[in-house]
Amino acid sequence: MRRALLISIPYLWLLVLFLIPFVIVFKISLSDAAIARPPYLPTLELSEGWASIKEFFAELDFENYTFLGEDPLYRLAYLSSLKIAVVSTVLTLLVGYPIAYGMARAAPEWRPTLLMLIILPFWTSFLIRVYAWKGILSTEGLLNQLLMGIGLVDAPLTILNTNTAVYIGIAYTYLPFMVLPIYSALEKMDDSLLEAAEDLGCSRLQAFWMVTMPLSRAGIFAGSFLVFIPALGEFVIPSLLGGSDTLMIGKVLYEEFFSNRDWPVASAVAVILLLILIVPIVLFQLNQQKQQEAGK
Amino acid sequence: MAQTVFAPWEDSQEKPLIEFVNVTKRFGDFTAIDNLSQKIYAREFFALLGPSGCGKTTMMRMLAGFETPSEGKILLAGQDIGAVPPNKRAVNMMFQSYALFPHLSVWDNIAFGLKREGMAKDKIAARVDEMLRLTRLEKFARRKPHQISGGQRQRVALARSLAKAPKLLLLDEPLGALDKKLRQETQFELMDIQESTGTTFVIVTHDQEEAMTVASRVAVMDHGRIVQVATPDVIYEAPNSVYVADFIGDVNLISGKASTRKAAPASQSKPAPQPAKPAEPTSPSPSDERRPQPNAMGEWLHDRVLEPVLGKRDPNTPAPIVEQVTAAEPQPVSAPPEIPAGGLAITWSPDHPPLIASNASETFGGADVVLALRPEKLNISTTKPDAPNVLRGKVIDIAYLGNISTYHVQLDNGTMVKAQIANTRRVSRRQITWEDEVWLSFTTTAGVVLEQGT
Ligand SMILES: Nc1ncnc2c1ncn2[C@@H]1O[C@H](COP(=O)(O)OP(=O)(O)OP(=O)(O)O)[C@@H](O)[C@H]1O
Ligand SMILES: [Mg+2]
Repeated sequence: MRRALLISIPYLWLLVLFLIPFVIVFKISLSDAAIARPPYLPTLELSEGWASIKEFFAELDFENYTFLGEDPLYRLAYLSSLKIAVVSTVLTLLVGYPIAYGMARAAPEWRPTLLMLIILPFWTSFLIRVYAWKGILSTEGLLNQLLMGIGLVDAPLTILNTNTAVYIGIAYTYLPFMVLPIYSALEKMDDSLLEAAEDLGCSRLQAFWMVTMPLSRAGIFAGSFLVFIPALGEFVIPSLLGGSDTLMIGKVLYEEFFSNRDWPVASAVAVILLLILIVPIVLFQLNQQKQQEAGK
Repeated sequence: MAQTVFAPWEDSQEKPLIEFVNVTKRFGDFTAIDNLSQKIYAREFFALLGPSGCGKTTMMRMLAGFETPSEGKILLAGQDIGAVPPNKRAVNMMFQSYALFPHLSVWDNIAFGLKREGMAKDKIAARVDEMLRLTRLEKFARRKPHQISGGQRQRVALARSLAKAPKLLLLDEPLGALDKKLRQETQFELMDIQESTGTTFVIVTHDQEEAMTVASRVAVMDHGRIVQVATPDVIYEAPNSVYVADFIGDVNLISGKASTRKAAPASQSKPAPQPAKPAEPTSPSPSDERRPQPNAMGEWLHDRVLEPVLGKRDPNTPAPIVEQVTAAEPQPVSAPPEIPAGGLAITWSPDHPPLIASNASETFGGADVVLALRPEKLNISTTKPDAPNVLRGKVIDIAYLGNISTYHVQLDNGTMVKAQIANTRRVSRRQITWEDEVWLSFTTTAGVVLEQGT
């Protein structure tokens, strides 16, 4: 009995905080927008009996999904989001891997300090940090001053309000999610494996590709998914750093919801986003599972 | 030992494959290898033996190229290999920790080095299969290292290091995790490989029996230094220090003060009367009856045999001399005549007669020495035997080891001594048991006399 109760807690948690909200959102996505409160129809009136419930279900349809399919704006937004998420993830990986590698190879007494430095930015407000990037990337910003100061460029670069700024913002924000899993994979690696590889004829570089890389693959996967999944639906970073042409599904969703007050379409957008994310989420889970089995 | 025929180290013309020249390796202020010089020859099976932390692995790692000497240099075929990276050395190492690649199957682990060589696919497959067969791993080829047992992992590591058939193979405790039978088989397998490929092996082992079985020479190490290098039989039979004697095999160490046997030079100077001695004991006994006065026989005995020991007899004071003669007489009776003259007498306990060692250099005379006695060189009996060295004691414990038994005997002065006897009889018919008074005896060449504190 006690056991059952204990096991039921996480399920209850999932039910209340995930499944029920999802069902509500899904239901809204099947409704029609209306000038009402809440701004959609139909609403379920349980007090009016069976007939009204039947009527309620009859009024639900997939109209909004057809609409999303017909309007190229949404398709473009999804594709553009995917692209931005992929590019930022790759960028994060390129920056994060060397950092994780350096940390794992640092003297053991330095590692906790380095770890803390990676996590430290999380203790300040996310919004303020993204605003700070505005100051760095703007035309008169620190970056341009620096580049002009050392004579690398003659005219200031336009970085702010472009996709580049969004990539930088995402890579910056999600960097710890990439660094930590890779670091933990690399740290576990036995140095004698590299020596064995060298002993068997590998150069240092070959040993890295043949041993270090494969052994940190699980960490790379985990980190990439941890960056990719939230990046796909990212809203704050593209709205603050991106330009008017930066099309991301998070922004579209926001506009549908707050500017258009079209809750049903916004919900449909959210449901499809979730469906898209199921693929990487399942892959991520498989990766974690495999890693756990190998660790045994 | 059959290997004694192969002895390149005795040939001054022979060029060593490996030469350590005054190599010192420090980690911080800790000296792991201390000014070590050593030559290892091609086709040798060189075993490194020593307690944990004495620097065996460090020596291996310097040979493989993972550590560079702090001082001195290492020559491989006459060339200083200090600057040669590990992947460019014709040396393979089997790691003490195995260092198997966890992401690769057993098969791919073994093939790893061959693939780096750019060997043809079918040749690699053939070679890997051969290695798998050799190490009895055929069934596990597809498994990952974490899916096999510790002993199997060890064999994979061995197979992987053997696969490239290197000129020099470094094995760091290659067989520690194997059961005795498989270990012995693999030892013979290694010796076969060594004979058929001519590979030079340097092997670290904690198992002395293993070192004795496989090695052409054994080096005993202590604190970063090689204390003795010799063939296994010499290491065992003629250790050069107490440390080596104690480290290799079981040993009884008896410390005492050595003296060159005073009688020795004299009796040596006249070796001819020596054989005449056996006849003498019969003649002194009648002289006992007429003790106050030496008769003609007694006088003859004195003049011919005892005079060199006791000095000239003063004819005016016959009695004390007679007493001296009688006091001296038991010596030829109790100490049998087969004691070779010379050697050392080791005084070690007031309760026991001095121990006689005839195989020691007389330069030990007057020095503090240790007599190292292997338990199997001691004889044990219930009656006092007729032997040059006899010690009386009591059996405290008997360790039955199957083919042999070790008797722990407490001597009259409290010292514990181990004696080992082959169990040629069944246990039930064993005649010596706990608490029995026994006599331990050994010949004058059974022990090895070593300087104390070595
Ligand atoms: N990288 C290192 N840094 C500091 N000290 C080291 C290092 N490697 C080895 N040592 C020290 O050098 C000494 C010799 O080590 P080594 O590994 O050669 O011992 P070993 O003879 O192989 O011992 P074992 O039989 O336990 O394997 C040890 O005291 C060890 O602590
Ligand atoms: Mg070692």
